[in-house]
Amino acid sequence: MKEIVVISGKGGTGKTSITASLAVLGGKEVVVADCDVDAADMHILLQPENLKSEDFYSGELAVLDQNLCTQCGNCFDVCRFDAISVNNGIHQVVDLSCEGCGYCARVCPVDAIKNIPLNVGKWHIANTRFKQPMVHAKLGIGADNSGKLVAHVKNIAKEIADQYNRKYVLVDGSPGVGCPVVSSLSGAHFVILVTEPTVSGLHDLKRVYELVAKFNLRAGCIINKSDLNTSKSKEIMQFFKHKNIIHLADLPYDEAFTHAMTNCKTIVEEDDSAIKTILEQVWERVKTEVRNKN
Amino acid sequence: MKIAIASGKGGTGKTTLSTNLASYLAETNKVVLTDLDVEEPNSGLFLKSELIYSEDKYKMIPQWKESDCTLCGICQEACNYHAVIQIMDSIMVFPELCHSCYACSELCPTNALPMIPKKMGELKHYKTEQFHFVEARLSIGEEQAVPLIKQTLKYIDSNYGNDYLKIYDSPPGTSCPVIEATKEADFVILITEPTPFGLNDVILAIETMQELHKDFGIVINRYGIGNNDIVNYCHNNNIPILAKIPNDKEIAILYSKGELLYNSIPAVKAELEKIAQYISALSANYLPTQIPKNN
Ligand code: SF4
Ligand code: SF4
Ligand code: SF4
Ligand code: SF4
Repeated sequence: MKEIVVISGKGGTGKTSITASLAVLGGKEVVVADCDVDAADMHILLQPENLKSEDFYSGELAVLDQNLCTQCGNCFDVCRFDAISVNNGIHQVVDLSCEGCGYCARVCPVDAIKNIPLNVGKWHIANTRFKQPMVHAKLGIGADNSGKLVAHVKNIAKEIADQYNRKYVLVDGSPGVGCPVVSSLSGAHFVILVTEPTVSGLHDLKRVYELVAKFNLRAGCIINKSDLNTSKSKEIMQFFKHKNIIHLADLPYDEAFTHAMTNCKTIVEEDDSAIKTILEQVWERVKTEVRNKN
Repeated sequence: MKIAIASGKGGTGKTTLSTNLASYLAETNKVVLTDLDVEEPNSGLFLKSELIYSEDKYKMIPQWKESDCTLCGICQEACNYHAVIQIMDSIMVFPELCHSCYACSELCPTNALPMIPKKMGELKHYKTEQFHFVEARLSIGEEQAVPLIKQTLKYIDSNYGNDYLKIYDSPPGTSCPVIEATKEADFVILITEPTPFGLNDVILAIETMQELHKDFGIVINRYGIGNNDIVNYCHNNNIPILAKIPNDKEIAILYSKGELLYNSIPAVKAELEKIAQYISALSANYLPTQIPKNN
């Protein structure tokens, strides 16, 4: 089983639309994992039917029992996150600010504070409308996206791939350069970077590439909307050459992407789309690259 | 008055709106724009500005003083994040995992774990011709955005009074960083695209703002593409639509070059004016923001 991870650094480059298209092309060979747990969108295109759903717990939350509390103020004194409020002498936990460090509970003289496991979201095993297994998740509001849910989604997807003998786990990675994207990338056999020829696209590509390089991963890149700014596209290509990133494809600026999305479809389901042909080539190329690795 | 610009996910035009709105409002107001998208700060790419100040930002982590340690094991037990661990006869600290709660340090009976600063990012303060601009950037490999966002907000509050219109370019999403960035805002502008993805993401953002009891409105970017679901959704739920920025390839091209839009595209200017009027009506409830510039 090989893991292919699609990331973009910056949002809005077409990462999810492209990943969903590759999932359709991959058919029964792939297990899909949506690791963009903060703003998961792939379910809109692949319309999975959930077979199993479970809550995910990570971290803790302080809960204060007013019946036991003597309002001594110890908890307020030690909390570094302004998560204990005092109103008219009454101490309370501000749930959204609490980081679950547990310090308050340790200094409470009457054990009035308990730390309870925090429900940070839900994850699902599902069947896409192409009858592929898909693992996806949704982080709760204000939850700490520490990457643990991302890692969990990936691990479940890998287990399924092993059990059902699927060749690839295709991961829609998280945005940014922080913890969740680190979790998305760990263990990847190949990384597809989706970017666009804009000043911010190139800027974020460089930042996220630092991570790819740090993990010593092999990567290829797709420039979406490449004709929007040809001189920026060239600059991006220069950057690839320099960094040994495979140039997988250029996709033209094409509103057909959005039209397909509006119909809740992937672009490779549109018959006469030029982009379909390009993405088919990309998928073949990626498979070759992944195979060559060992 | 503090206005945060946020979105359910990245790439919907948040930075475009932040930079253009800040410039436009700065024609009649004192404005400071802050880029709180510390993982991917991009606003600066669209502004011609001069650096006037910069500083490193630190978070506090414990440092083991072997000579004072009795290997009692209290620190390891105190850390909920497994950021301090006893291995054989030494104590190891994992800085990326540390949330700076001070528990290990203060509970250590022999003061063998004093807290020391560790660099987590940089804050840069720029001046454009019309307004001030502050950007915070998380170091690569640093995993927690919230402490840096907190410190940046503090910097703004201690440098700018109520006579400034403070605009915050927030991180995308619905998790901790966006909560931190919008928590103190008087008004939140959510920007989205009229597509199924856009609708899905903006509903999550709306739920987040409702949970925070925030006053907010919607700006639709690339209006004309996709469908009308977002407009209907807003009407049915009594959510104000502040502006509709048209879908226009010309806009995408200007954006790709890192240029501001409203001077070249009148339709964008007209939409910014609608937002400006909405804000100025709101600001009647806050301290005066329509103070003429005194330069
Ligand atoms: S430390 Fe315990 S008793 Fe004291 S105020 Fe906090 S909860 Fe109440
Ligand atoms: S668990 Fe930590 S963050 Fe939460 S209230 Fe207690 S001391 Fe504050
Ligand atoms: S709490 Fe202090 S004395 Fe005890 S093991 Fe940790 S560092 Fe050593
Ligand atoms: S300061 Fe808190 S989070 Fe950091 S190592 Fe100590 S106990 Fe753990």
